[in-house]
Amino acid sequence: MTENASALHLILTGDPMLFGIVRLSLAVSLSAVLFAALIGVPLGALIALTQFRGREPVVVVLNALMGLPPVVVGLSVFLLLSRSGPLGSLGLLFTPEAMVMAQTVLVTPIIAALARQTIEDLWIEYRDELDAMDVGPVLRVRTLIWDARFSLVTALLAGFGRAAAEVGAILIVGGNIEGFTRTMTTAIALETSKGELQLGLGLGIVLLFIIVLINAMAWGVRRAGEHFAA
Amino acid sequence: MPGTSRNTGRIVAAIMIGILSVAAAQGLAQEEKSIVVASTTSTQDSGLFDYLLPIVRQKTGIAVRVVAQGTGQALDTARRGDADVVLVHAKAAELKFLAEGESLKRYPVMYNDFVLIGPKTDPAGIKGDKDIAKALGKIRDKQASFVSRGDHSGTHLAELDLWKDAGIDIDKDRGRWYKSVGQGMGAALNIAGASNAYVLSDRGTWIHLKARGELDIMVEGDKRLFNQYGVMLVNPARHPNVRKELGQRFIDYLISPEGQRDIANYKIDGKQLFHPDADDAGA
Amino acid sequence: MSIPALGPDIPIRLFEVDVLAGNVTILDRVSISIGAGAPTVLIGANGSGKTTFLRAAMGLIPPSRGRITWGGREAVPPTRRAILFQRPVMLRRSVAGNIVYALTAAGFPRAQLEQRTDELLSLVGLAGLQARPARRLSGGEQQRLALARALARHPTVLFLDEPTANLDPAATKAIENIVQEVSAGGVKVVMATHDLGEARRLAGDIVFLHRGGVIESGPADVFFAAPATDDARRFLAGELLI
Repeated sequence: MTENASALHLILTGDPMLFGIVRLSLAVSLSAVLFAALIGVPLGALIALTQFRGREPVVVVLNALMGLPPVVVGLSVFLLLSRSGPLGSLGLLFTPEAMVMAQTVLVTPIIAALARQTIEDLWIEYRDELDAMDVGPVLRVRTLIWDARFSLVTALLAGFGRAAAEVGAILIVGGNIEGFTRTMTTAIALETSKGELQLGLGLGIVLLFIIVLINAMAWGVRRAGEHFAA
Repeated sequence: MPGTSRNTGRIVAAIMIGILSVAAAQGLAQEEKSIVVASTTSTQDSGLFDYLLPIVRQKTGIAVRVVAQGTGQALDTARRGDADVVLVHAKAAELKFLAEGESLKRYPVMYNDFVLIGPKTDPAGIKGDKDIAKALGKIRDKQASFVSRGDHSGTHLAELDLWKDAGIDIDKDRGRWYKSVGQGMGAALNIAGASNAYVLSDRGTWIHLKARGELDIMVEGDKRLFNQYGVMLVNPARHPNVRKELGQRFIDYLISPEGQRDIANYKIDGKQLFHPDADDAGA
Repeated sequence: MSIPALGPDIPIRLFEVDVLAGNVTILDRVSISIGAGAPTVLIGANGSGKTTFLRAAMGLIPPSRGRITWGGREAVPPTRRAILFQRPVMLRRSVAGNIVYALTAAGFPRAQLEQRTDELLSLVGLAGLQARPARRLSGGEQQRLALARALARHPTVLFLDEPTANLDPAATKAIENIVQEVSAGGVKVVMATHDLGEARRLAGDIVFLHRGGVIESGPADVFFAAPATDDARRFLAGELLI
C-alpha cells in the first residue's frame, strides 16, 4: 500500500486495495439487504394483513427493533458463531458470511417495519375495492406489494444505507482481517486509529459518495412512484 | 399494460442474481489453505503483517488471516477455538495459557522494544534517562499527564509491570493525570499527542506513526523495555477444528533461519523493528 | 357484447335483515325482494342506511340477524356481482391497468385482455386514455373508470352508491347515460342516490329508506305520483325527516 498517496490519488488511480475493500463492502451490504428483504417484506405483509392477538405489541416491538444497536447484534452473532457457541461447527466466525448474517439481522427489522407500515396503509386504501373485486388472498398480497413497490424499494434503500454505514457489528464478527473481512467502515476505523488518515479519508470519500448515491436513488424512486400514485 | 409486471419480475431476478454473483465471487476468494492467527493490534499497527504475510503465502502457500485484538482478547479467542495460532507478547499470560493446556508448546520468536514517548516540553524532566523505573517515578511525582492503553494488551501489561518495578502501586496512586483509554496503540499515541501526555509505546508503532505532533522519544534502551513475542499452536486436542498441520508449518517457518531473517529484514525508515530470537531458549 | 338477461344472482331477497355496528342499528328488520328488470333506486336521507343496504346486498357485510339469498341460495360468492363505491379508489396503475386488474382477478383469459379493456373504455367514454395514470383522471373520469372496472367481469347485478354525488351536471349526464345503456343491455342495476331528479330519471322501482328501515317500496311511477306513506310524502315534498 502506498503510504504517502493522497486520498484523491488512491481513488483516481483505482488503488486495488481500496477498491477491493469497496467491493467487499458492497457485496456484504447488498447481500444482507437481499436476505433482509426476502424475510422482511413477507413478514411485514403478514403482520399488516392478518389480525391476531397481540398484534399491537408486535408492531411496537418491530418498530423498536429498527434501533437495534449494531454492537449488540455483533456480539450476539459472535457468541452464536464462535466455535464454542451453538453454531460453532459451521466455522463461520471471522468470515464475510458472518458479516452478512449480522447485517441481515440488523436490516431485517427496518425493512419489515417499513414494509408493514406501507402495506398496511395501502391495504386500508385498497380494501373495499379488492373486496368488491372478490380478490383472493394470494393475489391480494401480490397486488399490495406490487402497487407499493416504490415505497418498498425506498425501504430497501434505507436498509442498505444502514448496513453500509455501520461498523460495530461487522467489526466484531468479521475480525477486520486484511484482504478478507476488511470493509470500508472497519478499514476507516482501523486506519484512523493507526493515524493513517489518507487511506481512511479516501475510503470515507467513497463511502460518502455511495451514501449520497443511495439517497439520490431513493429520491428518484419516490419521484417515479408519484407517476402512478399522484 | 399487461406484461409490465412480467418484465419487472425479470429485472428483479436479474438484479438478485447479480448481487449473489458478486457475493459468490467474494466467497470464492476464500482459501482452502488458510489459518486464523490471533495476534495483537500493536503487532498489526507496526506493519509487520503487511510485510510478512505475502512472504509467508509465497513460501508456504498458506493464507494467513490475522485477527488483531488486545492480548487478553487474542488469548480468549484462542481459548474459544476461534483461532489456530496465537502470536502475542505477554510471557506471563502465555505461560498461563500453556498451563491451562490450551497449547502444548510455546516458541519464542522475536522481540522488539518499548519506548517511553512524551511531549517535547517534557514536564517531568525525564528526557534521556536510562532508567525507566526512575523515569516513571518522576512522572508520578510531577503528576504529569500519562496515557495508558488500559486494554489488557501486551503493552498494557508491560506498562503495569514497569510501574511495579518502580515500586508504585498504580491502582492506588493513579489520579487525573493517569488516563486509561482502552484503545489500540495508534489511537493511544494520537490521544497522547493531543493532550501532551507521556505514553508507553512499542517502537514499531511509534516509527510507523506519521502525525507525531509535539511527541518525541523520552526514554529508551532499558533492558526492562524489551518486549518478547511468543507463538503457540492452539491445542488440537481441545479444539478439533484447529488446522494443526498448517498452523505448525506457519510456526516452523517463523522460527526457521529463513523466517527469522525475513523478520529481521523488516525495516521502517531504514530502522529494524523486530529482533529474531527463536534460538534463545530463555526468551 | 352480450350479457345474460337473467343471471343466477337475481332475485336478491333480504329476510328480516338487521345490520348492527356495535350497539348501533344501521339496518332494521329489512325484508325486501329485488327482481330483474329496470333499475331499482334507493332513496333516503343521509344516514338512512342506503350504503349499508347496498353492501349487504352485494355480500360484503354479513347480516347481524336475518338472511340474504341470491337466486334462492345463500352465501353466493360475488363473482357475478359488482359494486361501485361512492368514492372509488383508483389502483396505482394506468387506466388500462385498472381494468386489466379487474379482468385478471375475475379470471379473464389473457389473450382477450386488451380487446376487452378497449371495449370497456369505449363504453364509458375513456377510449384513448389507456396509458394515463388512473389517479390523474378528473373526478368524473375516475367514476367512469370505476364503472368500467365494475363492468369488467360481466356482472349480472351492478350496485352503485351515489355515483354522481360529487360530479357536475355534464359528468352526471355521462354516468346516467352509461347506466341506462348497461341496464338496457340486461344488467340489473341497484343504485342509491339522494338526487330525486336522478331517481325519477332512472328508476324502475323505488325503495325508500329511513333510519335503517324500508318505509315504502314499489314501482317508481306509482311512488312519485301517489306515495303511500306520510314520511314518503313529506320526503318528496322536500321536508327534512329526522
